[in-house]
Amino acid sequence: MEKISGAKAVVECLKKEGVEVIFGIPGGANMPIYDELFSSDIRHILARHEQGAVHMAEGYARASGKVGVCMATSGPGATNLITGIADAYMDSVPLICITGQVPTQFVGTDAFQETDVVGITTPITKHNYLVKNIQDLPRVFKDAFHIATTGRPGPVVIDLPKDVLNDRFEFYYPENVHLRGYKPTYRGHPLMVKKAAELIMRAESPVIVAGGGVIISGATEELITLAEMTMTPVATTLMGKGAIPENHPLSLGMVGMHGSKYANYAVMEADLIIAVGVRFTDRTTGRYETWAPNAKKIHIDIDPAEIGKNIEVDVPIVGDAKSVLRDIIKRLSPKINKEWVERVNQLKQSYPFTFEDSEDEIKPQYVIKKLNEIVPDAIVTTEVGQNQMWSAMFWRALKPRTFITSGGLAAMGFGFPAALGAKVARPEEVVIDIAGDGSFVMTCQELATSITEDIPIIVAILNNGYLGMVRQWQQIFHEGRYSEVDLGGVPDFVKLAEAYGAEGIRVTRKEDVEDAIKEALKNDVTTVIDFVVSREENVLPMVPPGMPITQILDEKSIKPVRGKVRPKPGVRKREGERRMEIEEREEGAEVMEE
Amino acid sequence: MKAKHTIAVLVENKPGVLARVAGLFARRGYNIESLSVGVTESSDLSRMTIVVEGDERVVEQVTKQLNKQIDVIKVSHMEPHETVNRELALFKIAVEPHERGEIMHLVEIFRGRIVDVGTKTMIIEVTGDEDKISAMHQLLKKYTIKEMVRTGVISMVRGPKILKSEKEE
Ligand SMILES: Cc1ncc(C[n+]2csc(CCOP(=O)(O)OP(=O)(O)O)c2C)c(N)n1
Ligand SMILES: [Mg+2]
Repeated sequence: MEKISGAKAVVECLKKEGVEVIFGIPGGANMPIYDELFSSDIRHILARHEQGAVHMAEGYARASGKVGVCMATSGPGATNLITGIADAYMDSVPLICITGQVPTQFVGTDAFQETDVVGITTPITKHNYLVKNIQDLPRVFKDAFHIATTGRPGPVVIDLPKDVLNDRFEFYYPENVHLRGYKPTYRGHPLMVKKAAELIMRAESPVIVAGGGVIISGATEELITLAEMTMTPVATTLMGKGAIPENHPLSLGMVGMHGSKYANYAVMEADLIIAVGVRFTDRTTGRYETWAPNAKKIHIDIDPAEIGKNIEVDVPIVGDAKSVLRDIIKRLSPKINKEWVERVNQLKQSYPFTFEDSEDEIKPQYVIKKLNEIVPDAIVTTEVGQNQMWSAMFWRALKPRTFITSGGLAAMGFGFPAALGAKVARPEEVVIDIAGDGSFVMTCQELATSITEDIPIIVAILNNGYLGMVRQWQQIFHEGRYSEVDLGGVPDFVKLAEAYGAEGIRVTRKEDVEDAIKEALKNDVTTVIDFVVSREENVLPMVPPGMPITQILDEKSIKPVRGKVRPKPGVRKREGERRMEIEEREEGAEVMEE
Repeated sequence: MKAKHTIAVLVENKPGVLARVAGLFARRGYNIESLSVGVTESSDLSRMTIVVEGDERVVEQVTKQLNKQIDVIKVSHMEPHETVNRELALFKIAVEPHERGEIMHLVEIFRGRIVDVGTKTMIIEVTGDEDKISAMHQLLKKYTIKEMVRTGVISMVRGPKILKSEKEE
């Protein structure tokens, strides 16, 4: 048999695994792979920062359900991937991250561009490999893809020294994996399934809490069947958005810190919680001991380590959400808890989910509602902060894999590259990154990628001139000391977009919001819409961290604290027209006297 | 209730596995009392014995987190009454000539051995369960202990039951 190089073998492995697209940046250590990609038909998308590449791979994976592949060189290339790898680990996203490494004889010598990639990524990967011998390479790829995509998915890093890439061998690709230490459980234990079904049939005020696991498992149909059969309302976590269409009569929207009041109250009144594919973070439950105090709890998750970690449960079921729900449904018969259904409807009516709109300025919530109205089927990604929470609250996700957000890590800069990755996976869909002005600048260099790779999306910046979520906390918990959150009105996002060859639109009046969105939809290049929104709008309702989720702050319970800013020298010097414009809008915030 | 728990872990005999396991304990804030590792009857497997302190919940989490590691093949909570637990300790004692007889007698009672004798020091070797080693340690404190090393506990289930990966059983 003909011998091929390790680099060529990498490309062969990727082909065998059906990889169609890779996101990455070349460098010294991974150049042999790039040399092979030159003549391969795998699409490579050249990012402008490795963080961009890995978030794109994540967006691709989250939007499609397929594994995302990204590539970086050794040292700084690999370390630039870290945020995305950690993000994928937290949110269970299947990723293969291929990093170049210095030649094996230099490993451990602090060689040029050497970092201990396996050491650095061990706490944030499902598994990782340093391939020291070319003979191991195909086996490693086979196992890595299997590990990344099965059970609870997650990122796997493969670190490849340059001499291994240049070495030659007779290529083979293993047919099977045999990992004796890795055997995920898919079917739920029959006894536990039976117990769960009994509890559901006996419950009088049940609530389903659906998380990201439902989406990963593709269990939407089963979830809806369970809900409808027993008329059980469904609340979701942030990661569970889209697990049930949010216009479904049984949908309660999101629970937790920024959940709807009625979802949180319903959970607290429930006598049974059916938790599917959730991991009960503090953002969902508030203070653990106080959560759903009257409820028995069924917890379905594929990762045994999530069960009983934060919340004690009565019926633990380890297994794949889809399979377990199917088994449970088989044991149910249709029923209605009439009083409970009425009670939940009453909660919905008593605590309607609204915001105070304005005619003088653009409210961020208004922008999201308008976007949702005009393109209800779009795939939405978000940045992090207020923009993310308003999106979670006011964007109604109708299908799984259409609401893509950095949940566990909450990494600013995620949304834009993730949107590009999502668009690559599903080019026929409209993709919108609902962004904050702070987050967007963390990865906005990927505008270059969106232009050169022809990946047109819409960036809707909710420009409040602040690191808004931090400002909100400072207003509520730090007596209005706005410490290092004023972004000073830079950059000019329209010019920024134009500098890259993208389109930019600035919207300062409410009546122009709709037209701007429609114009962006007509464009065939990426369009950045700079919505200049009210500066000090808060995300409400809100449960303060560490409190029970019945302790809900709203407009009425928050003291109207006036914020104080510490002016920056550069901000004072700058006399841009735009800055003046924003300054005029500033009502709440006053500049501290020197 | 907080107590000491012994956990036996069968892992792939590969570089880096010890680092993964140790890192996991550090990261999640579990306290390792002792950890010992070595090869097993099959050359591709290593076995770790880890003693952790914590309540039932901690032990459950430790077990589950260990099981999540791809290179971990089997995790077993060793019940004290079903297992043989052994540890080896070496003590270097400063001895005056007139104390020698007394110490040798003590070592004999503990079925220990004197493995090195110098003009001013001797090394004592003791094997046993943790309590026995601690008792020996306590008694030797009467003299000057210049150095002590302990291997950490290793543990094996009594009777025919063995620790094996599911597939091979
Ligand atoms: C990489 C990173 N750094 C810092 C934070 C902390 N943080 C959370 S929200 C936020 C403000 C985000 O500002 P912006 O993108 O403008 O969104 P807004 O809240 O104003 O909508 C910050 C700094 C974070 N989540 N991620
Ligand atoms: Mg902002």
